[in-house]
Amino acid sequence: MWMSELPPFIPFFIAAVLVLLTHGHVRNIILLAAPLLGGLHLWFDVQPAVAMAATDTLVRAKELSYPITVFSYQLEFMRVDKLSMLFGYIFHIASFLAIVYALHIRDRLQQIAGLIYSGSALGALFAGDFITLFIFWEILAISSVFLIWAQRTQRSINSGIRYLIFQVMSGVLLLAGALIYYHQTGTTDFNYIGVDSSAGWIILIAFGIKASFPLLHNWLTDAYPEATPTGTVFLSAFSTKLAIYALARGYPGTELLIYVGAVMACFPIFYAVIENDLRRVLAYSMINQLGFMVVGIGIGTAMALNGTVAHAFAHIIYKSLLFMSMGAVLFRVGNINGSDLGGLYKSMPWTATFCIIGAASISAFPLFSGFIAKSLIMVATLEGGYDLVWLMLLFAAAGVFHHAGIKVPYFTFFHHDSGIRTKEAPLNMLVAMFIAAVLCIFIGSQPQYLYALLPWEMDYWPYDLTHVLTQLQLLFFSALAFVWLNKQGLYPPELRSINIDFEWSYRKLLPAAGRMSYHLLQDFNHAMSHPAQQAWQSFQSAFQASRLSKYHLASSWPTGSMVLWIGVILGGYLLADIYF
Amino acid sequence: MSKSKDDEKTYLFDNPRNVTRLLRGFYIISVILFIADFFVHRHTMRSWESFPGFYALYGFIACVILVVIAKEVRKLLMRKEDYYDVDE
Repeated sequence: MWMSELPPFIPFFIAAVLVLLTHGHVRNIILLAAPLLGGLHLWFDVQPAVAMAATDTLVRAKELSYPITVFSYQLEFMRVDKLSMLFGYIFHIASFLAIVYALHIRDRLQQIAGLIYSGSALGALFAGDFITLFIFWEILAISSVFLIWAQRTQRSINSGIRYLIFQVMSGVLLLAGALIYYHQTGTTDFNYIGVDSSAGWIILIAFGIKASFPLLHNWLTDAYPEATPTGTVFLSAFSTKLAIYALARGYPGTELLIYVGAVMACFPIFYAVIENDLRRVLAYSMINQLGFMVVGIGIGTAMALNGTVAHAFAHIIYKSLLFMSMGAVLFRVGNINGSDLGGLYKSMPWTATFCIIGAASISAFPLFSGFIAKSLIMVATLEGGYDLVWLMLLFAAAGVFHHAGIKVPYFTFFHHDSGIRTKEAPLNMLVAMFIAAVLCIFIGSQPQYLYALLPWEMDYWPYDLTHVLTQLQLLFFSALAFVWLNKQGLYPPELRSINIDFEWSYRKLLPAAGRMSYHLLQDFNHAMSHPAQQAWQSFQSAFQASRLSKYHLASSWPTGSMVLWIGVILGGYLLADIYF
Repeated sequence: MSKSKDDEKTYLFDNPRNVTRLLRGFYIISVILFIADFFVHRHTMRSWESFPGFYALYGFIACVILVVIAKEVRKLLMRKEDYYDVDE
């Protein structure tokens, strides 16, 4: 029955073509139908056979063959196990939410880009081999950049180009790594990779770019805040979480990732505290969240990996919700700088409510979705004996509440009244935010349903007295610090500014170094060629003045005289030939 | 109609008393949470974790340190908004 083997990217790609041909309500129905029907199909018709086995050797549970041969190479489109399935569900949900949220726009470019982007994320997700993964990895990169360019400002175009350079670099590394991997192992099947080989390292960097590892992270904080209000909602869901999925499959238990993840969880929160663009604050807090997931992958036990997957699941929804609420403000006010906003709860009470629910979820308040996911990673870290990393993560957990949980809603909707009076967000935006908010609370308060879907067997329940109490203490006293610092006037004010990050090296240093070396070379050229030229000229004038120049041969020869001399030489040869 | 314009209604937090009430409630809950540590037996995995008020103090101190460092770092990192748009 071929229907049960339909790769999930196909409905999205078909819908993208249909969107090109239709308009009005028909187009809206097609847009909504793609993730809805695709998701229902995945839920009811596709079943992963058995639970995942061991932790660091991911056994392929069931492989549905959907053979397509390209240049006698077989592409594996449909690898189904509990890991890919769970990401498959959440990608459909995220795509549906983003499409509902963007339903009011009349921009074909964005609608098609959104569909192809979602579809290629699903294609990469279910890819069973590196070549298929690479193909969708590249479609993902190219389709997503249009969501940035669709903002149609010079800034977004430049930012998009930088974004694309990073994404393509990731793709090229993936392909190079895959080819070396094939050479070393004789297979292109995408399973556990590890860092025992050069191929493993190259592919790790390819995934690391997409997962925004430290120093490779600036494409995210650069581009996501420049995309359209609706585009960022799409962007926030797929690329980085696909990288998390790929890392979870290829590198579980790689100890290096624990420390990489801990750094990712900690450094962005400093930026988030002083950043003014609130969508950029969310971009930094996204790296912080990805850090937790990367730590989970690095630990690699069943509970840690379940924590990573559960966190990715919950994170996609609440991060979308936060980006949606900020997008709604940007859409209505035309500005998302903390320095210019405030008091918006008066005109956008629903958006404010949904934003607070998203903030509570990302901060891991009990009964909200972040709590039931993050605690898995925290417990697994302590069980693994990584006490220092655990303390770093606890610091990051307090910090994320501080900037994403308090700062974002506070400076937008409360704080000083900015005097801005606007309308509540459009209905479709509110519906999308409402669904996301309900999911956040549902997952958080009824975690058994998500836990049942997790790939690995485990025995854990987050709601016990110790855990709830300690988490509430952590959060309330973080909030207390915020209140105290504000009352003391110690809290850094929102200022119209930007903060330089590692991107400074390629946006300022490299161009400046390029300009400088160009000027240096130019000066060098000038300095060297000038004396040489002078020497030549003085030689020439000396020669002209001398009596040598009066000779016939010293003057420049007209063509005629050259022909004459050739005639003489040839004649000489002829005579020599005759007489000798 | 304390602060707002005549044609606009007074919103929840326009009244400073509501802000005070909110904060007072928040302080009370914080104190209760802190005191609870002395009465509730937490099952902990590390000895230092069982220190009463560990999580509360950690959260508070972590956030103060976070903000203080961020403020210092800002002096180093902050640039004008058009920093990347102009070449000098």
